[in-house]
Amino acid sequence: MSSLEVKDLHVTINGSHILQGVNFFVPENKVTALLGRNGVGKSTTLKAIMGLNPGSGSIKFGGAEIVALPTHKIVQMGVGYVPEDREIFASLTVKENLSLAARDAQPNYDLVYSLFPELLTRTSQRAGTLSGGQQQMVAISRALLNQNKILVIDEPTKGLAPKLVTEVANALSHVADHSTMLIVEQNLALVKAIAQNIIVMDQGKVVFQGGPENLQDESFVKSMLGVSGGHK
Amino acid sequence: MSTFLLILVTGVGLGALYFLVASGLSLIYGLMGVLNFAHGSFLTIGAFSGLWISTKVFPNPTTWTFLASMLAGGIVAGLFALLMEQLVINRLYNRHIDQALVTVGVSLVVTALLGGWFGFDARFLPTPLWFMKAVTIGDAIIPIDRFIYIAVAAILLIAMLSILRFTRIGLIIRAGVENRSMVSALGINVRLAFSTVFFIGGFAAGVGGVLISVFSYGVSPLMGGSWLIYGFIVVVVGGMGSIAGSAIAAMLIGITNQFANYYVTGLGDFVVVIILAAVLLTKPTGLLGKVSH
Repeated sequence: MSSLEVKDLHVTINGSHILQGVNFFVPENKVTALLGRNGVGKSTTLKAIMGLNPGSGSIKFGGAEIVALPTHKIVQMGVGYVPEDREIFASLTVKENLSLAARDAQPNYDLVYSLFPELLTRTSQRAGTLSGGQQQMVAISRALLNQNKILVIDEPTKGLAPKLVTEVANALSHVADHSTMLIVEQNLALVKAIAQNIIVMDQGKVVFQGGPENLQDESFVKSMLGVSGGHK
Repeated sequence: MSTFLLILVTGVGLGALYFLVASGLSLIYGLMGVLNFAHGSFLTIGAFSGLWISTKVFPNPTTWTFLASMLAGGIVAGLFALLMEQLVINRLYNRHIDQALVTVGVSLVVTALLGGWFGFDARFLPTPLWFMKAVTIGDAIIPIDRFIYIAVAAILLIAMLSILRFTRIGLIIRAGVENRSMVSALGINVRLAFSTVFFIGGFAAGVGGVLISVFSYGVSPLMGGSWLIYGFIVVVVGGMGSIAGSAIAAMLIGITNQFANYYVTGLGDFVVVIILAAVLLTKPTGLLGKVSH
């Protein structure tokens, strides 16, 4: 059963037709990786799902049409979002960043602090003074605090040092075991480790949807993503 | 020394009035990116509401009736601001030129309506008798109303900072000033914060309008326009979206204006413009500015 279904999604930004009829579905309780070269519209797709980029077409979440809904209503339906550039609130403390994101009556701080114990020692620190990796932990934690039905995560390991990539990857692997997730990620090792479904985009369209076993095929990876498998 | 002290206290009092005008303007721009040229109307409507309370409802002025007129001025101006946000601004977010045109239009309409109704002559706003007295500090004889402006501005500054610091809506506003789309992406209806900010801004301007009526010896439909200019200068110097920045800039401009007016006769406004230019050239985001996106 699909949690999220995107049909004929079009997005135009400043006159550029970025998404040109995107179609895919995200199965429930599985991790789906959205892959593709830079600039093919992966982040735009996630933003359109979140209502941050106005689009036309159909986006159904749990059977309900969400394409015209404002962002906060989409999130309240149970969509957790981790944006590409973290977008933490620099002038707020870690604790304030987290409490702002907490929607549930009993936010799951235990999960967050068990995945990222470092944050527990920095609750009073302004988020803007954290390292890039710590900021990413805050960004992911905001999405994990609530009982979301789906997590929409945009390049969680982008720009992180290798040690932090491992830490973030471990956290996502832990969460992936019992979540529906749509993730944009360039790190194919992480995708292979957590994804049960992959979608490949090119030039504003979906060109492939299938199982992650295809990522073992070097020629598939090279033709679809323009990189060598496993190295990126 | 007595003259210095008198000018200093008067400058701080004037700065307090500037702060009341500028604080809401700053928050509204910082959070919503709305350049609100109708903000002066909030001030004028607050002043006329205060005048109505002080002359029609409680014609015998006491401390309590004056407090009531300040409160009424704040609430009516806050509600007007809220109404304007709901009916007009709500439909024009991210349309900056339209916002400027519409808010200028609202300002002109309010001035014309009040002028048509009450006339353009300044009307005296009754105050308790002790407002006319002065206190002696050292050799300086200082009119007592200066301290009232300072006290009211300080109370509102503390109240605003407390709301921003210790309440959830304050947290949302602070986050929204930094990145309002991300606030929405956390499932928060940021429009609610917009409305709250408009009410708070209108309330502060309305209270300021009543006090400005005392300082300027009268209520007039034209008063909003001239004070709005100083409000904008304070906001630019203090930094968009920063209440603390507005407070510091308001004091800086109020004090400088008074000293310049006294020591370089009549050049107060000129010196204020020099400060504005210096800040724009050296620190365009203002003293404590934050930018929303």
